[in-house]
Amino acid sequence: MLVSDVQKILDAECICCENLIDTEINSACGSDMMSDVLAYVKDQSVLLTGLVNPQVVRTAEMMDMPCVVFVRGKKPDETIVALAKDRGIVLMSTPHRMFTACGLLYQNGLKGGCG
Amino acid sequence: MSEAVRLSYDVSADDFTHAGEASGAIKRTLKKLGIDMEIVRRVSIAVYEGEINMVIHANGGVIEAEISPTCIEIWLKDKGPGIKDIDLAMQEGYSTARDHIRALGFGAGMGLPNIKKYTDDMKIDTEIGVGTTVYMKVNFT
Repeated sequence: MLVSDVQKILDAECICCENLIDTEINSACGSDMMSDVLAYVKDQSVLLTGLVNPQVVRTAEMMDMPCVVFVRGKKPDETIVALAKDRGIVLMSTPHRMFTACGLLYQNGLKGGCG
Repeated sequence: MSEAVRLSYDVSADDFTHAGEASGAIKRTLKKLGIDMEIVRRVSIAVYEGEINMVIHANGGVIEAEISPTCIEIWLKDKGPGIKDIDLAMQEGYSTARDHIRALGFGAGMGLPNIKKYTDDMKIDTEIGVGTTVYMKVNFT
């Protein structure tokens, strides 16, 4: 699946790095606990989170995650967007809640990166 | 790469916005040196967890790294309160982080276990009231 497919499935608004939405992703992880993401996530995952702070982008950076989706319509501030632009990480905001967003991606064939 | 590359970064206390700068810089250096991506990721995660710990628990400190042709060695040195019980701190899920840290997505008690998981060698040297040095090593082959 491509990052652009995630955007369509989740009715998401792309906040930055739109030029990178053709990036391939293999799995997804939904979590507000960054240490859990750091413990379990595999390669090329999209991160879904309700947490909005710079450490979300840092976590994605360390894990080579090409895309972060903020659930429940949450929007990052300028500091977070600037960091994501610098690191080349696509940020999106979806109106769906965490459970629904994860379910929609799973239903469309994207599997979990955990375990 | 014939000679070792030495890096050093200051980590500020309670600066959550910039926490991860040192880890990111080390990651970019390893990428530039052409180190295998899986190994780069392991190092990045381990240093990042350590860096976050320094910000949360230890009033910041210094991160030093030495990259040789065969491995990277990293020392995370702080002058924080020290770790009372290392065995307990190494248990997954054990954390002394306060609620405001958990609200930031950390403090799940996974930091030190994650460092151990992603490195080939790890040592903790700690003294109550003096500080802690976390040593880690990741081999390139």
